[in-house]
Amino acid sequence: MIAYIVRRILYAIPILIGVNILTFLLFFVVNSPDDMARMFLGQKHVTEEQIQNWKTERGYHYPLFYNAEEKGADKLTKTIFYTKSIRLFVFDFGRSDSGRDISFDISQRMWPSLAIAVPQLIIGLLVTITLALLIAFFRGTYIDYWAVVICVALMSISSLFYIIGGQYIMGKILRVVPISGFEDGVFGIKFLILPVLIGIIGGIGSSTRWYRTIFLEEINKDYVRTARAKGISEQLVLFRHVLRNALIPILTGVVVILPLLFMGSLITESFFGIPGLGSYTIDAINRQDFSIVRSMVFLGAFLYIIGLLLTDISYTIVDPRVRLN
Amino acid sequence: MFGKPVFLITDVLIFALVFIIIAFFVYAMGKPHLRQPWRQVVRSKAGVISMMVLLLYIGIAILDSIHFHPKLENSKEGTQYSGEIHSVFDRMVLEIKNSTEKTYSAPFAAYLFAKETVQLEDGIKQREYPRLVWGGKHLNDPATEKNADIFNLAVIGAIKAVVVWFALTLLLILILSFRSKSTFSNVVKSVFRGESEIPWRTASITLAILLLIIFIGSEWATKYHVLGTDKVGEDVLYQALKSIRTGVVIGTLTTLLMLPFAIVLGIMAGYFRGWIDDVIQYLYTTLNSIPGVLLIAAAVLMLNVYMGKHAEEFASLTQRADLRLLFLCLILGLTSWTGLCRLLRAETLKLREVDFVQAASAFGVGPTQTIFRHILPNMMHIVLITLVLDFSGLVLAEAVLSYINIGVDPTMNSWGNMINSARLEMAREPVVWWSLAASLFFMFTLVLFANLFADVVRDALDPRIAKQ
Repeated sequence: MIAYIVRRILYAIPILIGVNILTFLLFFVVNSPDDMARMFLGQKHVTEEQIQNWKTERGYHYPLFYNAEEKGADKLTKTIFYTKSIRLFVFDFGRSDSGRDISFDISQRMWPSLAIAVPQLIIGLLVTITLALLIAFFRGTYIDYWAVVICVALMSISSLFYIIGGQYIMGKILRVVPISGFEDGVFGIKFLILPVLIGIIGGIGSSTRWYRTIFLEEINKDYVRTARAKGISEQLVLFRHVLRNALIPILTGVVVILPLLFMGSLITESFFGIPGLGSYTIDAINRQDFSIVRSMVFLGAFLYIIGLLLTDISYTIVDPRVRLN
Repeated sequence: MFGKPVFLITDVLIFALVFIIIAFFVYAMGKPHLRQPWRQVVRSKAGVISMMVLLLYIGIAILDSIHFHPKLENSKEGTQYSGEIHSVFDRMVLEIKNSTEKTYSAPFAAYLFAKETVQLEDGIKQREYPRLVWGGKHLNDPATEKNADIFNLAVIGAIKAVVVWFALTLLLILILSFRSKSTFSNVVKSVFRGESEIPWRTASITLAILLLIIFIGSEWATKYHVLGTDKVGEDVLYQALKSIRTGVVIGTLTTLLMLPFAIVLGIMAGYFRGWIDDVIQYLYTTLNSIPGVLLIAAAVLMLNVYMGKHAEEFASLTQRADLRLLFLCLILGLTSWTGLCRLLRAETLKLREVDFVQAASAFGVGPTQTIFRHILPNMMHIVLITLVLDFSGLVLAEAVLSYINIGVDPTMNSWGNMINSARLEMAREPVVWWSLAASLFFMFTLVLFANLFADVVRDALDPRIAKQ
């Protein structure tokens, strides 16, 4: 087991290097730092001096790979590749283009993102699994047929509509909860209700339909037929046999997104004014802050790889049939 | 006829796609094993309905893809052409396109949404809702005449629709009775009892509904702003219709552009295995591990920088917007080819062990020929399923991306841009709902029927499902 995990971690390293090189190419080779400076300072009427100042302030004035003017090891370390890309591996994100410490911002903004994402994931799972199980119970009937049609219709509605409609109905007409904002502590819960609720409703269509297919696949298997043949009631078959086995693909599908919960949701957070990592990223995109976007790309890829690793491990834990080889 | 034709890059690609689909259709008609699944599609009611609705959308998108510089009137030395780029669709709805008002107006309104100071004939200034420049301008007293007028227009539209529907249905039955060599009345019976093999009754009802919507809608649209006007007074219905092309382009071209990568790399990984497999797997795991939105955001930021630097290279705003749309398709394709590549790799691994491929190798057929003759044709169903399954997701993604300003060019008509510019309108008092409602409704209809169609196609093409 430990040997397996170590091997998987070693396998993740070249992928992270690949991500790093890719972002480096995208941000520094396709467009030079001069272009970025010009973009940031406003296209025209920019003097060469201003561009040089902007670059020096943010450490973009080094050459890309090899600094011939320095001596010894500095030939390699005083370069953009070293200061901006290699440092990412030790999670030194450096400073944003507007001069703030990115690592500090991330550690601060992680919590509001989690406060939305975690309840949304847990409650959403409970709701959709229950619904899918109910539909599977009525399989082959009109209830099943129309439930699937409703699921497809729900899937076809843009997530923007759920948010705009939800804010309008809950916040403006019914005036139950505040439309947007965020607050730490217990009193902040009222701000979380609406985004969590909308997130759950928005996801119901696709996940219920997907879980239904998983349940139906499981229901058609031999061990279920055996259980029925023994005379076990339909409810018991569903809850004891089908649910347990169907949970394997469902839960392992969830594990892969667990680490990404830190990143938050871009749209939800920007609509509800939640100071999480999602709105942080959106603000960075709108302000064209290249350092933050680069950091978030690397962080996202890192968390995704962790997710893959956790998925593989969780498979071996829940499902004894899977061998580690 | 209209002017000097212009070929935007996405236009060319769209026509290429249409050509490929028609060529495939003609090719498949001659092969029973390829014809069989499509028969299953047209035999299901959901398949027929969704196909007709999708054809309507795609038809508008194609009409909107034939571009030209319009001819200017009153030119003395030779013909002069305008610098603007119009499409055939623009020409068809020219009246609505040019019917701009000052600002917001509600659907079917005859008055503006905001009060203005108006000077009356006797010189007194008064704040009131002014009449619209275009919407309902033929009415003398909107308060009393409007409802009756709207009803009359609807009746005229409905009559036209019924006439066209009747003619088309008659034509259909004549063709059917000619082909099946049975009597006219027998065919009528079998169609209207729903006993025909292909659900012609469903098709006919759907046609009737679509014709009613089209004819009544266009009848209304010649006199009113059916879906109101937006902040700068542009007709919302026109914007929503123009957005169809953007949605369809993103939904189809993205998959088309990524297909070569996915197919070539997927088959190579599966067929040659060894280090080639390792390299390709590494490539797609790396790309896949970057969250899609962030990769798109990063690439679009870089595109902005590039376009800012090379601003003078773009002849017109339309061409610039078009190039940006193409880039967006490419970037979206870059983030989505990995899934298909993995599927194709797995399928190739399976296929290369199958007897007929082994036999081909044993006879000394080279890898290139084996791949083109035996492996590629046996994977086309996966490619087709991906093409239809990805469509709806991409249309929805466009809206979200445009909302966070990393989508299509802000000057381009798209549902995402409509939602984006209307985001604060729900907070107004009274609410300006029509712009949002229109874009969401048009998008919902397209995505819903694309989803239904994708389900039918998958059921028909996927051999694992077809067996059950």
